[in-house]
Amino acid sequence: MEKEEQQKLENIYDTSVAGGDNIIAVLQQVQKVFGYVPEEAVDWFSRRMNISASKFYGVITFYSQFHLNPRGKNIITVCSGTVCHVKGAPRITEKLAGDLKLKGGSGTTKDMLFTLENVNCVGACSIAPVVIVNDKVFGKQSPGSMAKNIKSYKE
Amino acid sequence: MGSEITINVCMGTGGIAAGAVEVMEAFRRELEDAGIKDAVVEKHCKLHKVGCRGFCARDVLVDISVGEDTATYQYIESGMVGQLVKEHVVAGRPVQEWLVGEDYFQFHDKQKKVVLADLGKIDPESIDDYLAVDGYSAIGRVLDSMSTADVIATVKDAGLRGRGGGGFLAGVKWGFCAASDSAEKYIVCNADEGDPGAFMDRSIIEGNPHAVLEGMLIGAYAIGAATGYIYIRAEYPLAVERLKTAISQARERGYLGKNIRGSAFDFEITIKLGAGAFVCGEETALIASIEGDRGMPRAKPPFPANSGLWGKPTIINNVETLANLAPIINNGPAWFSSIGTDTSKGTKVIALTGKIRNTGLIEIPMGMTLKEIIYDIGGGIEGDRLFKAVQTGGPSGGCIPQQYIDLEVDYEGLLSVGSMMGSGGMVVLDETDCMVNIAKFFLQFTKEESCGKCVPCRIGTKRLLEMLTRITEGEGRMEDLDLLQMLAEDVRDSSLCGLGMSAPNPIISTLKYFRHEYEAHIKQKKCPARVCNALLTFFIRENLCVGCGMCKKACPVNAVSGEMKKTHSIDHSLCIKCGACYDACKFNAVLKE
Repeated sequence: MEKEEQQKLENIYDTSVAGGDNIIAVLQQVQKVFGYVPEEAVDWFSRRMNISASKFYGVITFYSQFHLNPRGKNIITVCSGTVCHVKGAPRITEKLAGDLKLKGGSGTTKDMLFTLENVNCVGACSIAPVVIVNDKVFGKQSPGSMAKNIKSYKE
Repeated sequence: MGSEITINVCMGTGGIAAGAVEVMEAFRRELEDAGIKDAVVEKHCKLHKVGCRGFCARDVLVDISVGEDTATYQYIESGMVGQLVKEHVVAGRPVQEWLVGEDYFQFHDKQKKVVLADLGKIDPESIDDYLAVDGYSAIGRVLDSMSTADVIATVKDAGLRGRGGGGFLAGVKWGFCAASDSAEKYIVCNADEGDPGAFMDRSIIEGNPHAVLEGMLIGAYAIGAATGYIYIRAEYPLAVERLKTAISQARERGYLGKNIRGSAFDFEITIKLGAGAFVCGEETALIASIEGDRGMPRAKPPFPANSGLWGKPTIINNVETLANLAPIINNGPAWFSSIGTDTSKGTKVIALTGKIRNTGLIEIPMGMTLKEIIYDIGGGIEGDRLFKAVQTGGPSGGCIPQQYIDLEVDYEGLLSVGSMMGSGGMVVLDETDCMVNIAKFFLQFTKEESCGKCVPCRIGTKRLLEMLTRITEGEGRMEDLDLLQMLAEDVRDSSLCGLGMSAPNPIISTLKYFRHEYEAHIKQKKCPARVCNALLTFFIRENLCVGCGMCKKACPVNAVSGEMKKTHSIDHSLCIKCGACYDACKFNAVLKE
């Protein structure tokens, strides 16, 4: 592991573990810094905290928030709550997945520009269907309008 | 000196998504405009951000109050702000065409606001605003003149039931915990609002976070806890931010910390971010998650009130339950129990969404009928289509058909028709919604979210989903219906926690009330609502097709042919029924049957 990365882990350890944080909070910190949870980070914390790596992986794979693979530069999250579902969210997902050439309706593009994923509900049902790109919320979308909105992120 | 002017901009998640940040910025800019600055200063014009008042479909909502006169504007965009400032703020002439209409008032008329009373009026990031509406006066009263037994008795007498879904009497639950002589106890605010189609808790926290903190203080005092946790979804960044702000303000003013308001009562609150697991709304799973583990439920008893977080007595209350506490203390239990029905007291906050005209966050007295909610408050079905059902209680609830439209909404009422209150989401469905598809949607959800600990839920939900998928793809058999019913009942009766026990509800209720739709999928291989693509055939209507070629471009398998400006057609031997042509057509020329 690079020295720089090592330092990052050290920093997380100092602010998080030393403050009494549990595994979930540590992993949330790791993901915040790296964008995902690298295998090396799990090994490092496992040794440092003297907790078996399997315990970490148990937590990582249980919660949908954690990712073991690097993610795209732009994260497209299609809300798949009930209201978004009945107002056409599945067709938006299909359209975006088709445009980005992602099989199975989610994943990361080869150029690492986009990650497409679904979220259970963002609680913005009044403006369904909702798609969030990074931090921007797009309400009342259609497959066509969303395909257009994505274009500006392609540069 | 002119009369005071206040401008309120709705800054909940709904408002921000509609552009409230830009609107706020535009107001700031316009009000500082050199040309009108003197007029603004003279009129004591104040710009204010407020939480969600409920009618998110009309965002961005802006109130401009001149003295006692308030005018509310809807659908405001930043480009409209200049005119609002010039005409209304400076010249005193409201801009008539942007004002809300009759339906805005209709939406609010029948509501009874207790929990939501101050949402949309106060700045959620200002403790002074909360104090100005008698905030923290209830905890003051509790500390000055009430024993822990008094507080518990008050909440019991009020008849407050848990708003998170279970509906257990809050005062009774507290009593169990208070009776324990453990030196360490915890109170947890459950803000892990995972039901799809529910946003009550998020809106309450975003609009009035101090009310939740005050509720926790009252609860902590009653049970004797010195530490509290708020377990909140990471998907709610704005709510988390506002909670953090509120906690640090409360600490600064001495409402949190040691010797609160000069009493012997100490209390601290820590925020714990959820990591995205629906099952963590279940009490024992939530506890496991706070402890840093996989959020898997365990068998009860022991109940958390006896043995919860780190084995200590723990009370877990939902956001809305906590937000009811200060009003109960301030107005007395008799006042609270005068609202509602015999068994369900007070009000319920409901996320009213789906295919209705007025979607948003509402608060109704328990016992209001579905009809009043959907037609009087909700304004009826969107686009004058026919009402089909209302889905309540999220993935744990069921679908209630037309015949029960006069049902009174309370805990028992909803249970009697095979649904449940849940956290209070209400999704209205119309004739274009396929009930088999809805059941499949919820099973997809519960299958994904099943933690996998117990077999009935882990394997049962998967098998149920497979059967539903088969039916929606035209591969269903009539025997499947009996098998569905039987397996659904088995999963309900033998699962470990609430997730599994309630997961089959969407199937059981749709099978009961909409069996004919299941049969149409199986016998006629037709989806009456035209939702299940596999059972549809796509056509292009000659009289409507202009030959623009959009459908041809959209088709992933080149099944559409035709020359530009001439009618196109679909080759059914190639068509994979994805619906891309239907979405692409701007002229409504693609027909699905």
